Amino acid sequence: MLLDATKSAAFVFLAAVLQVSIFSSVTILNGTADVLLVAIICIALLRGPVAGALVGFWGGLLLDTANLGTLGQTSLLLTVAGYWIGRYGETTGRDRTHAPFVSVAVITFLYALGSLAFRFVLGEPAPARAVLWSTLFQGIALNLIVTWPMYWVARLFLPQPERRERVERIHALG
Amino acid sequence: MAAIGSPAQRPGASTQSTRASAVVRRRAIVLGLSVISLALVTVYFRESDGGMLHDLQSTGAAVMRPFEVAAERVASPFRDASSWFGGLFHAKSENKKLKDEVERLRQEVILTEAALRENTQLKSLLDYREGARFPQDYRAIAARVIARAPSQFEQQIVVSAGKNDGVAKHDAVVTADGLVGEVTKVASNVAQVTLLTDETSAVSAVDIRSNAAGIVEHSESGSLVLDRVTKDQVVNRGEVIVTSGFRSGDLTSLYPRGIPIGVVTSAGQSDTDVYKHIQLDPFVDFSKLEAVIVLAKKPEAR
Repeated sequence: MLLDATKSAAFVFLAAVLQVSIFSSVTILNGTADVLLVAIICIALLRGPVAGALVGFWGGLLLDTANLGTLGQTSLLLTVAGYWIGRYGETTGRDRTHAPFVSVAVITFLYALGSLAFRFVLGEPAPARAVLWSTLFQGIALNLIVTWPMYWVARLFLPQPERRERVERIHALG
Repeated sequence: MAAIGSPAQRPGASTQSTRASAVVRRRAIVLGLSVISLALVTVYFRESDGGMLHDLQSTGAAVMRPFEVAAERVASPFRDASSWFGGLFHAKSENKKLKDEVERLRQEVILTEAALRENTQLKSLLDYREGARFPQDYRAIAARVIARAPSQFEQQIVVSAGKNDGVAKHDAVVTADGLVGEVTKVASNVAQVTLLTDETSAVSAVDIRSNAAGIVEHSESGSLVLDRVTKDQVVNRGEVIVTSGFRSGDLTSLYPRGIPIGVVTSAGQSDTDVYKHIQLDPFVDFSKLEAVIVLAKKPEAR
């Protein structure tokens, strides 16, 4: 349990550092990949809603600290995102190959909307046209490209526990 | 068959209560984290720059800084290799004669390009600092760009110099090419710089030839414009715009006078508008910033 939490925290820390140092400056067709968001989604899918919410909160704090942004702003969005994807992974998305891709596409879209809304509420510039039209779809495409390698690495870090057999023997009645 | 007739116990009752408590626990966790996040946002907004959360953030940023610098250095050769391949693609289409020579030098270029580029940038910054264009009342603090905002609509960077190096809020940030932006947040070892291309940036500026004054800001179309220039003033295409560095009583501009901003790419006016429409092409390439100079006012000039 503790080892799992440590590995998840380290994985998210690494993703946050790579995000602010490298991926944020790599612009392809006006969009940038968000490996931190993808890392949080991978962990939430593998470990459920509680772990998803916790790593979302941790990742948001790291990002706001590194960028000297408003503390708590990204944490709130990523906490909700991690929880939601954890629930999806626990119910509908379990064992489905497309689950990481669907999750990344939907959450990237909602995260952009959430960020815009949050910035608007806080009175910061929120250029909806620039975000939704010029960069969002490129960002979703780039996030989908990094999803498979990130999910593969996340599964290496956090292997799935073997499911216990709940029914060992059936007794016939009568 | 006898088992069916006997009073059956409900084996799922304890399982159901365990599940219910797990649901309550996970909802409590996510609610708690959301409340903590909202509390952080609220306190962060209400407290001053020297508040507890700002100090904690500053310490956190200092802890993360070595990791960011290390990651940036590791990625640098790959970035150079990538840009080298991009350059090679264009060079091939333009001049096939250079192909053999480029192939021969490829390995060498990849290995040396990182050092060369850094050297060139630092040298140009040094030349600028020691040249006649450098403002007299200021001292230069050289810094590397160590992080960029994760989204395109936040035109901000984080540089590797902070309070400990003498950087203060609202200090101007430049390169040898021209004005980059303004320091908007300062931690102990790092500082956040809001670029000139950000929506919130505005700089008082003048045309170096005609002395027409206005404000350089970000337009809705995404380019830089020189606004508030009245129609009686003359501004022509190709003219250079610099910071005005005005002083009016106790009120002084954040930026020293004479820092190049950009060149006029189009200038026009309409009968219905009060001001001219002037578009600028900035001298600084904001997508390729790697090293900058923070202009800190000398103590006697403050």
